[in-house]
Amino acid sequence: MSSDLFPPADTPPPADDSRRTFMKQAGGIFGFALAAPLAGQAERLTAYSKTVTGATTLTLRINGQPRTVQAEPRVTLLDALRERLDLTGTKKGCDHGQCGACTVLVDGKRVNSCLTLAITAQGKEITTIEGLAKGDELHPMQAAFLKHDGFQCGYCTPGQILSGVACVQEGHAKTDDQCREWMSGNLCRCGAYANILAAVREVADKA
Amino acid sequence: METEPQFFETNAAPTVVGQPMNRVDGWAKVTGHAKYSAEYNQLPGLVHAVLVTSPVAKGRVQRIESSAAQKQPGVLAIFTHENLPKLAKTPDAPADKAALNSPMGFMPMTSDQVHYAGQTVAVVVADTLERAQYAASLVKVIIAPEAPVSSYQDPKAQLYVPKSVKGMPGVTKRGDAQAAVQKAPMQLAATYTHATIHHNYMEPGATTAHWEAADRLTIYETTQGVSETQKTVSLMLGLATEQVRVITKYLGGGFGSKAWVWPHTVYAALIAKAVGRPVKLVLTRPQNFTSMGHREEQQQTLRLGATKEGKLLGIVYDKTATTSPWDDYAETNSRIIGMLYHLPAYEATYRLAKSNVMTSTATRAPGDMPGSFAIECSMDDLAAQLGLDPIQLRLLNYADIDSSTGHPWSSKSLKECYARGAELIGWNKRNPKAGATREGKLLVGMGMATGSYPVHNSQGNARVRLYADGRAVVQAGATDLGTGTYTIITQVAADSLGIPPENVRFELGDTVLPSTQWSGGSTAAGRVSSSVYLAVQEVWQKLIKLAVMDKKSPLYGAKSADVAAEKGRLQLKANPGKGEAFGEVMKRASLGDIEGSALGRYGSNYEAPQTTANADPNKKENAAEHSMHAFGAHFCEVHVDPELGTIRISKWVSVIGAGRILNPKTARSQVIGGSTMGIGAALMEQTVRDPHLARYTNASLADYHVPVNADIPEMTVEFIDEHDPYVNAMGVKGIGEISIVGVTAAVANAVFHATGRRLRDLPMTPNKVLAALREPA
Repeated sequence: MSSDLFPPADTPPPADDSRRTFMKQAGGIFGFALAAPLAGQAERLTAYSKTVTGATTLTLRINGQPRTVQAEPRVTLLDALRERLDLTGTKKGCDHGQCGACTVLVDGKRVNSCLTLAITAQGKEITTIEGLAKGDELHPMQAAFLKHDGFQCGYCTPGQILSGVACVQEGHAKTDDQCREWMSGNLCRCGAYANILAAVREVADKA
Repeated sequence: METEPQFFETNAAPTVVGQPMNRVDGWAKVTGHAKYSAEYNQLPGLVHAVLVTSPVAKGRVQRIESSAAQKQPGVLAIFTHENLPKLAKTPDAPADKAALNSPMGFMPMTSDQVHYAGQTVAVVVADTLERAQYAASLVKVIIAPEAPVSSYQDPKAQLYVPKSVKGMPGVTKRGDAQAAVQKAPMQLAATYTHATIHHNYMEPGATTAHWEAADRLTIYETTQGVSETQKTVSLMLGLATEQVRVITKYLGGGFGSKAWVWPHTVYAALIAKAVGRPVKLVLTRPQNFTSMGHREEQQQTLRLGATKEGKLLGIVYDKTATTSPWDDYAETNSRIIGMLYHLPAYEATYRLAKSNVMTSTATRAPGDMPGSFAIECSMDDLAAQLGLDPIQLRLLNYADIDSSTGHPWSSKSLKECYARGAELIGWNKRNPKAGATREGKLLVGMGMATGSYPVHNSQGNARVRLYADGRAVVQAGATDLGTGTYTIITQVAADSLGIPPENVRFELGDTVLPSTQWSGGSTAAGRVSSSVYLAVQEVWQKLIKLAVMDKKSPLYGAKSADVAAEKGRLQLKANPGKGEAFGEVMKRASLGDIEGSALGRYGSNYEAPQTTANADPNKKENAAEHSMHAFGAHFCEVHVDPELGTIRISKWVSVIGAGRILNPKTARSQVIGGSTMGIGAALMEQTVRDPHLARYTNASLADYHVPVNADIPEMTVEFIDEHDPYVNAMGVKGIGEISIVGVTAAVANAVFHATGRRLRDLPMTPNKVLAALREPA
């Protein structure tokens, strides 16, 4: 396995909502809660959080447009898109963050929309496959998938394309091995991997 | 038409056929506009159905507590075996199963009987998906459990030899194979085992059922065959065929499992009627593991006898596998083992054990895929024992005719496949000695295997409507699983009509279109292309007739037989300058459009009538008796880490001879796809059933490992230019399945070459590699 899969040791940590950031926040809250007096802090934290039950109106910014949707807090971003907004380009393959078919961009980062509650995606910029092309002009990643036949059945394709867009932006498509590794969260059962790689690498080389 | 034109003779000069055209459905797929079966959200009052499945593999439902679920907001109904509307026909009796073309001889939820874990025991319907899912989680099904049989390996399992499996006898004998093997100077025997495998198409099984009137049902279904689904569903519901419409515009993979109507589809239709609303039912990923079949776990024992030089004298073959409590189902592995090489004597026996699992089903190259593992590993072993090059041994046993039928091949380019594949992978640099090549600490090996897949006979209709403005609509009720059907048929229609492909719209996936058989068994490309090609010929026949009767036409008075259509122009065969464009004829006749339709045939369904129609009375040869197969060879290089036991594929080469290749781009994708799926079976794929509870322990995409991008190297694919006049009007053989046949063996043979160890238990996970490396070579 090539060493370029991992950043050099002196690289600063990514400024994103990755696990690292989450752990830091969680550690902070946990540390805070441990400070006395416990009960008082818990009450304070509860007072800050709003309890939401039943269907409420959510506003999601999708592909540059505000969209409102009536949904319960348990509704995932994926089901909000597919079942309520009829944006069915985002696919459900496993509903458990295991296949990547539901990948969308949230504030430019690739996320599994099946593991994201719609209510928490408010105030963020959501990009789905329907919002990638400019009118009839395909995004370069879409055009590259078409040219290299980076799909067969097409069901994993929207997720692959959005993941590919983010992969290039992250700088994780600089070599074949690196790109293979960083595209491995998106399963393709038709087995178009060799062609997906060609498509993402072509866009990365042009970027 | 009186006679069907023969291959190549009347076929239009290819312009886009054979070109690597981009997929015509590609734009819809890369923009998210392609609509799959669970995406018809605009149906009025659409509600959601969610299955409740049994955690118990065997028993009887004693009680169902559904009151808590019933009280949930939005819940419309809960169905169990006690209140599910009655079906007109179920597949429970063998005759009915056959009539219904049902994949299982058992319909869950028609009684209290539970036969397998994951069997549906209730269905909850609610206004939103979340409410249906939550209510389903509240339904308590109390089952009196009994001890299940988990597989053929279960000590309780009772093995038996079935009368037949998939139309093949339980025991096949050709010559005296037992004696041939016993007397042979070279004898080898080995046992190969295969884990259960699931198709794991990316699009879950889904049905959207909409009763447009009391007696008219439309279903949007994840199916490889809209006509077959229409037939099965209408019979089960007691409707006329035409009262059921099935639509599948896009299908997210199938690989065999979506070839049949599984129970959940029927529930969706029944429930939609009962609640008076359109119903959407989508299987969860775990439910896909227990609702739409699988490739059965199996064990193969192959004993071969050969001469000292390595010529096969006989094979005695046994397959033992798990089947369901009601069906004698097994993949027919024995087919490929009996025909891949010249084989004078052969005996094959199937043994099954009825177990508490649903019936296994067609999975990409059923039979030939696992069968190829046994024969191709055995051939590799024989080569190693004799000190022969594996390709040399295969050429020594090359089958010039089909040993299983005695018929000549309709076409076969296997020798070219071997030669080209060897060249592409650099076979001449391979050290003949196993376990002798290293790259740093990694063991390096190179292996190859033969692949083959038969031409299954089929036939189907197509219609072509050519407009005077030079555009055309082509229709056939086929499905495109991702195989490229939309694209290749557009190419064939464009060339036969002599118009650019962008002027052709090919419509498929709907039972209102001319019916054709399912897309499966690698039949669709050859069948549908031939149907469309012939339908275009009918268009030309009609237009030529018009022209020769039209006084204003330059062709007036000519004999129809003397006129040909060339690139959209009707002209005299003897004097091509004399003629006119089809649009002129239509304009003068005030025809806006003209239609042609035809029945296209594939395999011996094509060859037999061809022979009758075109028989040369001087030739005695019966041309309707060819054995028809695609052949190919896979080559690979592997790196084995002796410390971790990991196998990584570093190079892949596939060379296939499959008749005319309509589109090398989509064809290549089929081959890399099949190879990738085969690599999965070789290295990682297995569904594990608990031996005590007979329940899957890894029914998810996190725990069932399909290959990911990082598992797959660069792949080289080539096709041999092959002309087959017997297989169908277009000379096309399917490629969807040959792409996976031989793949697992190619990997295992490369691992043997790398390590000197033979792994016969799939998948070859690191633990097995390490265990093998601890044994002496």
